[in-house]
Amino acid sequence: MPFTTALPATTGVRWTLVFRQAVLEATAAFALALLLLGPIVGLVLDGYEVKNELQRPLLIAAIIAIGRFLVALAMHTPAGQAMLERFNARRRQPGVLVVSIPESNRQRWWLLVIIALALSLPFLASKYWLTVLIQAMIYVLLGLGLNIVVGLAGLLDLGYVAFYAVGAYGLALGAQYLDLGFWSALPLAAMLAALFGCILGFPVLRMHGDYLAIVTLGFGEIIRLVLNNWLEFTGGPNGVAAPAPQLFGLEFTRTAKEGGVPFHEYFQIAYDPTHRFIFIYLALFLIVCLMVVVVTRLRNMPVGRAWEALREDEIACRALGINHVLVKLSAFMMGATVGGIAGVFFATYQGFINPTSFNFFESALIVAIVVLGGLGSTTGVIVAAVVLTILPELLRAFADYRVFTFGVLMVLMMIWRPRGLIRPRRRAFEVKGLCP
Amino acid sequence: MTIDPIHPPILEVAGLTMRFGGILALNDISFEVKQGSISALIGPNGAGKTTVFNCLTGFYKATEGQIVLHTPRAAIDLINILGQPFRASDFINPAAFADRLYYKMFGGTHRVTRAGIARTFQNVRLFKEMTAIENLLVAQHLQLNRHLMAGLLQTAAYRQSERDALERAYAWLKVFGLAEDANRLAGELPYGHQRRLEIARAMCTGPRLLCLDEPAAGLNPRETAELSELIRRLRDEHEVTILLIEHDMGLVMGLSEHIVVLDYGEVIADGDPRTVAHHPAVLAAYLGTEAVNDDES
Amino acid sequence: MDWHILAQQLVNGLTLGSIYGLIAIGYTMVYGIVGMINFAHGDVYMISAYVTAICLAVLFSFGIDSLPFALLVTLAVTMLITAAYGWTIERVAYRPLRGAPRLAPLISAIGMSLVLQNGVQLSQGAKTQGVPSLIPATLRFGEGNDFVQITLVQLMIIVVSLTSMAALTWLIQRTSLGRQCRATQQDRRMAAILGINTDRIISTVFVIGAAMAAIAGVLVTLNYGSFDFYIGFVTGIKAFTAAVLGGIGSLPGAMLGGLILGLSEALFSGMVNTDYKDVFAFSLLVLVLIFRPTGLLGKPEVEKV
Repeated sequence: MPFTTALPATTGVRWTLVFRQAVLEATAAFALALLLLGPIVGLVLDGYEVKNELQRPLLIAAIIAIGRFLVALAMHTPAGQAMLERFNARRRQPGVLVVSIPESNRQRWWLLVIIALALSLPFLASKYWLTVLIQAMIYVLLGLGLNIVVGLAGLLDLGYVAFYAVGAYGLALGAQYLDLGFWSALPLAAMLAALFGCILGFPVLRMHGDYLAIVTLGFGEIIRLVLNNWLEFTGGPNGVAAPAPQLFGLEFTRTAKEGGVPFHEYFQIAYDPTHRFIFIYLALFLIVCLMVVVVTRLRNMPVGRAWEALREDEIACRALGINHVLVKLSAFMMGATVGGIAGVFFATYQGFINPTSFNFFESALIVAIVVLGGLGSTTGVIVAAVVLTILPELLRAFADYRVFTFGVLMVLMMIWRPRGLIRPRRRAFEVKGLCP
Repeated sequence: MTIDPIHPPILEVAGLTMRFGGILALNDISFEVKQGSISALIGPNGAGKTTVFNCLTGFYKATEGQIVLHTPRAAIDLINILGQPFRASDFINPAAFADRLYYKMFGGTHRVTRAGIARTFQNVRLFKEMTAIENLLVAQHLQLNRHLMAGLLQTAAYRQSERDALERAYAWLKVFGLAEDANRLAGELPYGHQRRLEIARAMCTGPRLLCLDEPAAGLNPRETAELSELIRRLRDEHEVTILLIEHDMGLVMGLSEHIVVLDYGEVIADGDPRTVAHHPAVLAAYLGTEAVNDDES
Repeated sequence: MDWHILAQQLVNGLTLGSIYGLIAIGYTMVYGIVGMINFAHGDVYMISAYVTAICLAVLFSFGIDSLPFALLVTLAVTMLITAAYGWTIERVAYRPLRGAPRLAPLISAIGMSLVLQNGVQLSQGAKTQGVPSLIPATLRFGEGNDFVQITLVQLMIIVVSLTSMAALTWLIQRTSLGRQCRATQQDRRMAAILGINTDRIISTVFVIGAAMAAIAGVLVTLNYGSFDFYIGFVTGIKAFTAAVLGGIGSLPGAMLGGLILGLSEALFSGMVNTDYKDVFAFSLLVLVLIFRPTGLLGKPEVEKV
């Protein structure tokens, strides 16, 4: 039944029409691509001269034109039409699935497998892969934190890296000036990040949502600039050292530096620098697990419901007596806290931080994780964070294209599947005598 | 203004004026709504009905005038709780300054709902991607155990509060005949159900005055009749006063006990349905001045 | 502080402000018509700086030595190519998302911005690029060490900005296209019902905004001589600040906001601290949003309930 509309795919005469149309579209695409890419890609500035690289835009434009041609042709075949139909149908259908509780219970044992795997990984991995895993975990944490803000509450925060920086510098500067250790700095830095979130969010969250995006963008840049310019306090571009974590006073160093006992001496095993990373990884993993539980519970709590309701319709929320500013602020601060915690772990794992780690691309990467994870889906965010950290390590040769690819993916995701790769689910409520 | 001791007013509007830039949308509107009544606000298109509603429910800040809601505990000045700009005198009087600063920071539309006014919208505003029952749970936000730690640790008190909320929500769904739709997404419900769900959601906030903005718009005659019945039941069984805007004159005349007619931002008639229906100014507003003049001559 | 330092900062501020104003036009027009921030707009400006340098280099390599001619050709080519970028951004990142959730176009625009920044970085390299100083002429007032100087390029910037502003105002206020733009801005659905091709109007607005950014790009490149792929980011936020300051949606507001921001930034860096001038500008954005979200010339936004 899907082909009831008169399609020009049947007769030869129409095929010539289709063909001519396709050629026309391809030519237009070729011309536009050449106009856009010709100078920027084809003529490379070298001092006050240009190097001729015109073959590059020609090649790209040709690929685009051929692609456009084939797509234009394919769209007129029954298969192409059917695909277009499916695509449109998917965009029309409701994006959310309501799941009753027993069904979501079934996933429990999968969870156990994943946890066991994640716990055993650090003991199998080399030091290099261990650091990659730690990085992935930090991004999972950042993704979960930003997901509360962007995915649940629907507030686009483009300066999330600022809270990450506050956490990282909180640890490093806390150790330097106040002699704080890792474990005492962790809650303090998290609270500091939350405080920053509150100071920024309270005035701005009253306004139209787009303003928040640009203000947070500016705020992220302010934090970076202050860190960079305030030489006396932050060390400026030279950065600061951050302390390593301790396990009940045991240090993960070859010899005790901070008056404690080295871990390997206490347990009488050979010194291995990976112990420190394994410890960081495990602590981080614990925090991530905790975070997953917290986020899952938050979603079913009054405040989580209010976040999602605010994302859906702010005006209706206000008419229901919900103080939209405070509810948004709670999401914003919660996200900031998690960002701060991630920052503390980043600092302790790096051992040394400087402002270059906290630029806009970092914020954009975290937004990309949340977007590709599907705006609101915890599983999606975790998968996206792990994939986006590990994939670039596997494809080293394409490392330069990382940001470019993220950009393309973000655009495509929004057009193709604005709700993410994984369809969001909602919990169904069982009420006595209602569900069969 | 004499106050009838048997039917005291729940809402008093006096001298309400609203300007948008140079446009005078409402000019010196005064009326009152009696406790336990079903009242209606009618008028031709563009008369300012929805603007009055938006002022009452705190979405617009009135340029001038007073709106007072009488609750058993106190009379609440609805304009004050929205947060007003500072005045020169505030900088001399610290108490007034603190009061105004507090409402400027924490005041707003939500305070009006907390005072006891709930509303629905002309174009249904549900949380489309949440289930029907979740819509009702959100509306009970203020009555729930919102302590963060209690929720994260799932304490007994928290779970009890959630269970109660669920039961209340389900009870309201039953009242509105939506029990079957509990776990369906609000956006997927048929239009008539969405309208009813929105009223149910407003009822979940526990209002004393329920403002319905064109509740019958887009409903077929059968649904309109059911709605009329439902509104009456809400008033009789759930102790709520109802103020509605409606274009369906059949519904308004049959349902309401008190009608306020607006035209060009001014009250042109105010009384029971029969008085209003024969008021010359109302006829003129609805049928045009010439028609009335012809009638009279 | 001596008067001449103050006057010098005023001249610099005026120049800077005109540039912010030109870029702010793109933000304010797009915001006015689609109600969204065009996050890729700063990068459109960055592209125009590159195109300017490339075009000048190509022209000189062909041995064209008439400077006015070269500048005019460069301006035309840059406006054309940059306008094409504006059109493409709308076509790719905005049009397929009409009616999508509010967050979707913002995110796709961010994606676009990343693509442009990284694309330029990949093809042109990450290093700072530049053009030679072409118009060294300066006007100097005062003697000895106490002087105020205004370069010919600065003068050009102020004159060209004001002229393009006037031309744009005429276009919006007096022509049929302008009327269609204003109608679409007020009520897109009604405009469509009346037979206006609103998609085309929205494209046009993106194109106009990009062309204005291109003028700014050409002028800035001539004035400062150096740029990199990252300039669009900071300048973009500042131009947005200018748009908000003047009242988003208002054309004269964009120019006024630009001038105020440029002047205050120049005075701040002249009198207080240069390192924190960006921090100052961003803080100004936050303060304006808190205390006067409608800006200086903007109309208060009436919430549609």
